[in-house]
Amino acid sequence: METQTIKQQQKATKTTERISGSEAIVRCLIEEGVDILYGYPGGAIMPVYDELYKYQDKIHHVLTRHEQGATHAAQGYARISGKVGVAMATSGPGATNLITGIADAQIDSTPMVCITGQVPSHLLGSDAFQETDIVGISTPVTKWNCQVTKAEDIPEALAKAFYIAKSGRPGPVLVDITKDAQFDEFDFSYEKCTKVRSYNPVPDTDISKVEEAAKLINGAKKPLIVWGQGVILGEAEEQLKAIVEKAGIPAAWTILGASAIPTSHPLNVGMVGMHGNYAPNILTNECDVLIAIGMRFDDRVTGSLDTYAKQAKVIHFEIDPAEIDKNVKTDVAVLGDAKTSLDLLLPLLNENSHKDWHQKFKDLYQIEYDKVIKNDLYPTKEGLTMAEVLKEINIQSEGKAAIVSDVGQHQMIACRYADFNVSKSNITSGGLGTMGFGLPAAIGAKMAAPEREVVSISGDGGYQMTIQELGTIFQQKAAVKVVVLNNDFLGMVRQWQQLFFDKRYASTEMVNPNFVAIAEGYYIKAKKVTKREELAEAVKEMMESKEAYFLEVCVEKEDNVFPMIPSGASVSDIRLE
Amino acid sequence: MSTEKQLFTVSVYTENNIGLLNRISAIFQRRHINIESLNTSPSEIYGVSRFTIVVYMTEVNMKKIIGQIEKQVEVIKAYYHTEDETIYQVSGLFKIKSELLFEERQIQNIIKESNARIVTVNKQFFVLEKSGKREELKELHQKLSEFGIMQFTRSGRIAVTKDEMKISSLLENIKNN
Repeated sequence: METQTIKQQQKATKTTERISGSEAIVRCLIEEGVDILYGYPGGAIMPVYDELYKYQDKIHHVLTRHEQGATHAAQGYARISGKVGVAMATSGPGATNLITGIADAQIDSTPMVCITGQVPSHLLGSDAFQETDIVGISTPVTKWNCQVTKAEDIPEALAKAFYIAKSGRPGPVLVDITKDAQFDEFDFSYEKCTKVRSYNPVPDTDISKVEEAAKLINGAKKPLIVWGQGVILGEAEEQLKAIVEKAGIPAAWTILGASAIPTSHPLNVGMVGMHGNYAPNILTNECDVLIAIGMRFDDRVTGSLDTYAKQAKVIHFEIDPAEIDKNVKTDVAVLGDAKTSLDLLLPLLNENSHKDWHQKFKDLYQIEYDKVIKNDLYPTKEGLTMAEVLKEINIQSEGKAAIVSDVGQHQMIACRYADFNVSKSNITSGGLGTMGFGLPAAIGAKMAAPEREVVSISGDGGYQMTIQELGTIFQQKAAVKVVVLNNDFLGMVRQWQQLFFDKRYASTEMVNPNFVAIAEGYYIKAKKVTKREELAEAVKEMMESKEAYFLEVCVEKEDNVFPMIPSGASVSDIRLE
Repeated sequence: MSTEKQLFTVSVYTENNIGLLNRISAIFQRRHINIESLNTSPSEIYGVSRFTIVVYMTEVNMKKIIGQIEKQVEVIKAYYHTEDETIYQVSGLFKIKSELLFEERQIQNIIKESNARIVTVNKQFFVLEKSGKREELKELHQKLSEFGIMQFTRSGRIAVTKDEMKISSLLENIKNN
């Protein structure tokens, strides 16, 4: 009771100012520490843009070329910085164009706040010009959303939005604000949100569960860690590394977990899943204790659930209780955020090296190297491989670049072959598989971390889905390095057609434009490479460029990505050819 | 855990929020689960709403769905219970021509035997209310159908559990933390 009275007094004495709803929106963003937001103006959001004009020395609005680009840029910003990305759009088509990025952020747990303008409240429900029920439309793909129809409700709604987006398992939030609420004036004051009664973002870690987990791990002969993005979101990279090293446990990663432990770490045994590495996939079905940390057993990771790690005891460290037993039945579930749980686990673990077990990973790696990796990295055929390009980027960047990939074959190659020596370096659309994600996400990443080298890697298909964002790169002078690995095909679909549809290449062949001319049309330095002997020099020139740079590499047209677990097959049925 | 399908009563305690029904029903929709009945009402706690949802599904999936419901920001807590674990009722209203009440002796007997209650009577029609199990309402409906029913409607299930649901102490904890 006492604290409440003090709080009330504070509220009463807090100075307020009479400002418009639209100014309040911008002031709220500044209060939340937003320095950059991405968006596109239009009728129902114009009052806010008018305020952004006035506050441009405090907050930088980036005009993208499409609202989808704004969401992906906000995602890239969030993924590299760990901060909340912000996207803004007008009502109607502006708002609906955000949906793909919102769905992407939802499934990949990316903190994002989207603000949309809405028609004036007296027109709601009347099929007014540019009216869509964006709250209804976005409901299944947002962590939380709401509509604000009164100016005085804006600060509380936005404070709640930022808190929910960032806390616990992060996700996208949408706040829809009617135009009259933007115009109306009210007494503004801002208080950050720190609690929502019905919402428990981080469940308490049960120490007895940690002890159970430690007991299983200490008794294991063949333990395997599979970590996911939860380690990065929970900033538990150091804790994970300490556990891996102390207990000598081979550790593999999901696509979104990449970079939490450096690629070069001797106990990093590679990626799991459909196009992951041979050893961790095969040995998932041989380990005796499987330790899943901040990952959600996606079907692209597990393959057939009926044959997934059936021999193993499964320990699941997870922040989201709804993930426990959702796909894989666990023996010990440790709820809580990764950092807290792993901190508690570390002192309970015995030192170990599991030499023989680790040797198995090395042996299987050698098989994968001989059958796949060698040919990818050092091909003897004439055509360039995608992996060669990654190898050159690794050399030039010393494995420190943030790799922003799109979706398809090049994405799998990028994740397989890029050196990730710095955390938060693999920015890709993992869960939704959104073609067109890469280029705008790279813009957001570069603007959030200008000190870092950001390389966007796309295929010729996905690149053309958001190619207009070259305009944003040019206008913002964002020094993004844009690589297109061009095989004149929608390569991953073509690969499936070759393997499973008797080479009937239905609508996968691309007749492509002059990509260099397009980049140059946006005044971006550009080069095209078709021969192996030109590659190293071209990549070097790109990486040394202080400005944005576009590099097209024409690669072998019908290369396939291996290893591969065919859809619905067991992880141990992974194919090398 | 049973993999047989059965009826479950789901009780969801929530903040009273526009659009929350949409969020909750979407979770069932994604898995193609038909909602057998749905009722929303205030709960025993001031300011907290309660959804009572009846679904027919396996317990394995029920558990997963409860997790996904509880994950929603404005959901305070969700529970599921089997038929044996709850006391439940539905309510039905029958609108019937008044002349039948006076002319058909049997109708009066049906009303008496079924423990139905006459809500209102006027010259044209009378309205009969019956609360009970769904089967009891079905039986009454069958009997009255022979004479003609002008209108009929049945409510969603409302249910309380035999065991305590520790929602009050949960909210108390949240408040104090």
